[in-house]
Amino acid sequence: MTGDSSTTTTPAETTAVTPAVSVRGVYKVFGPKPGEAVRRLEAGASRDEVKSLGTAAVIDATFDVAPGEIFVVMGLSGSGKSTLIRMLNGLWTPSAGDVLLGDANLATVDGKRLRELRRSRVSMVFQHFALLPHRTVLDNAAYPLEIQGVGKAERQEKAQQALDMVGLSGWQDSLPSQLSGGMRQRVGLARALAADTDVLLMDEAFSALDPLIRSEMQEQLLELQEKLGKTIIFITHDLNEAMHLGDRIAVMRDGRIVQIGTAEQILSDPANSYVEKFVADVDRSRVLTASSVMQRPRLTVPAGGGPRQAAREMREAEVSGAFAVDRRRVLKGLVRADDAVRATKEGVEKLEGLIDADVTSVHQDTPIAELFAPAAESAVPLAVVDDEGRLVGVVPRVTLLEAMAGEAVENGNVSTPEKTLQEAQLRPTDDEATGTTEGATA
Amino acid sequence: MISAATDTLVPRVPVGDWIETAIDWVTDTFDPLFDAIKTFFESIYDSLDWVLSTPPFFVVAIVLAAIAFWAKGWKLAVGSLVGFVLIAAMDQWDNAMDSLALVLLASVVALLIGIPLGIWSARNEHVSRIVRPILDFMQTMPAFVYLIPTVVIFLTGPVPGIIATIVFALAPGVRFTELGIRQVDSEVVEAGRAFGSTDRRILRQIQIPLAMPTIMAGVNQVIMLALSMVVISGMVGAGGLGGDVVGALSSVDIALGFEAGLAVVFLAIYLDRVTSALADRSPVAKALKAAR
Repeated sequence: MTGDSSTTTTPAETTAVTPAVSVRGVYKVFGPKPGEAVRRLEAGASRDEVKSLGTAAVIDATFDVAPGEIFVVMGLSGSGKSTLIRMLNGLWTPSAGDVLLGDANLATVDGKRLRELRRSRVSMVFQHFALLPHRTVLDNAAYPLEIQGVGKAERQEKAQQALDMVGLSGWQDSLPSQLSGGMRQRVGLARALAADTDVLLMDEAFSALDPLIRSEMQEQLLELQEKLGKTIIFITHDLNEAMHLGDRIAVMRDGRIVQIGTAEQILSDPANSYVEKFVADVDRSRVLTASSVMQRPRLTVPAGGGPRQAAREMREAEVSGAFAVDRRRVLKGLVRADDAVRATKEGVEKLEGLIDADVTSVHQDTPIAELFAPAAESAVPLAVVDDEGRLVGVVPRVTLLEAMAGEAVENGNVSTPEKTLQEAQLRPTDDEATGTTEGATA
Repeated sequence: MISAATDTLVPRVPVGDWIETAIDWVTDTFDPLFDAIKTFFESIYDSLDWVLSTPPFFVVAIVLAAIAFWAKGWKLAVGSLVGFVLIAAMDQWDNAMDSLALVLLASVVALLIGIPLGIWSARNEHVSRIVRPILDFMQTMPAFVYLIPTVVIFLTGPVPGIIATIVFALAPGVRFTELGIRQVDSEVVEAGRAFGSTDRRILRQIQIPLAMPTIMAGVNQVIMLALSMVVISGMVGAGGLGGDVVGALSSVDIALGFEAGLAVVFLAIYLDRVTSALADRSPVAKALKAAR
């Protein structure tokens, strides 16, 4: 695999602005002597060693979340992630450390200021929706605005807008009990959006939903996020969900954050054996993108050039075809060596007429899982392009197969149904693969 | 207290004497206060009794049946009407109204004390720890025993009956309220806090509405206990159906005993059905029903 991490920059790396949320050396110990427990933990004691003083739920958490970022905190139950997220809106007060929401420190603010911050800065979506059963969907969505003191007409209008945004138009007069789980969580999301805060906390928000609804909700969240650009802190125990949603992911274990990084960083460079074991089960084909398996094209030819030059270059590079690009490297199509040789003999001056524009190209951020179908249909390597249609690499079928085979070996688990299916889809084209541009020398 | 403790190993501890001394002292010291309480309850009881007893029987019966209709439906309304006619036919109507006035007054006071106490216990672990054993004591002490100090303090009549009934019926109001509020989904309460609601507002908009079905079950229990105490308070001259039951017991009058007893049963069924129907009418109970 030719991982190329430079193509995936994170908001945190690119922005120098103040973080939306900043967590600095935060501890949370439940028990009779939290202060003493923190002191010993700071001195290097383990979680078990301070058990008599209290349960250390969060130990020395430090991270920044940039405005507009989706920051996922992932861990198994008991890892402290729920406690951590509850310190970000002051539902729990840290035993030590600072939680900065903009310029306000939640660890030290008084009750009144804390309520103001919750109204204006940070809202939350809950695992089991936490709707008021005796209120209509509209009144549930309007609840934060009611607490903010917004007048009835205005808050109902805003709540209706939020409901429209999450696709619940027409359901405003229903009661939560009349809705399905997925719809109820949409109400929960609409309620958080109606509050119109910059920061959105999502506590296992999709975990109670069945898998199909869950992935539907994930897509909807990503769509909304594209429009709204909130700062989202998302808690989950599902690694696939974390990888799918998170710009960056913090992996928690036994109260400590063991690694923070992008999905690809965590997959390709796990910080320790725990993370490695954890990510072993992840479906790489959905996390790794075309850009991480693509190769440099061995040869490209200028679309504005002539067939003679193209034929010579292809002969020298020992390939049977090449992608034609313009001066800005925008992909124009494919030129086959046979055509170029024939055109040279016939005395054709321009390459243009020979370019086959019907080539399959994929965006560099496409997950590998979505490459199989186009790869199976295409006789030549997939062209990988960026946002502006420029050729940035190619994915030959052989490479795709190698990537999957590599995964199967690493996981020591070749026979999961999904993988077998993918292999079955690919096998008939194995032989063809050698006949493509890159492989053919004949 | 005439004989000494039979077991010579254990010295006789005169707990009863101490309590008597204490109650005597309380009676003497707070006499004006008790007089005021007595006057207060007497006047409320009299006016409530007047409202129920003054109009002709069929007017009150129809009003009560109408309440049953509003709470539940026409079946309960017709059933209640039949019950009331039977009570009247057994010549127990006036007694029944006296008892109803006593039950209503005692229940309302018991709930006015019990529900806030239950809310306080639900929100404060210390209060809960203190209140719980007191409630255990109040519920397990034989009901007759309450009558003795109340008679000493308030003499005879309806007031000692009302006070003893309040004490006896108080516990379920506290317990059910505390339970109901503690049972409210903690995530929903968290949601209220997360959006910046004050504790008082969370109580009013989230905890009480969501606990209402359980609190209403407590209300039902309080009324039922109050009704059962009404008969016992007949012993201290509280009048009503209890007076007739006690009278029938002392004169071995089977006919009178059963007539008064049946009237208690009809009254009990009516109050039970109406209050449990009210529990189903709370917004949360209705909202949950709407899902089916």
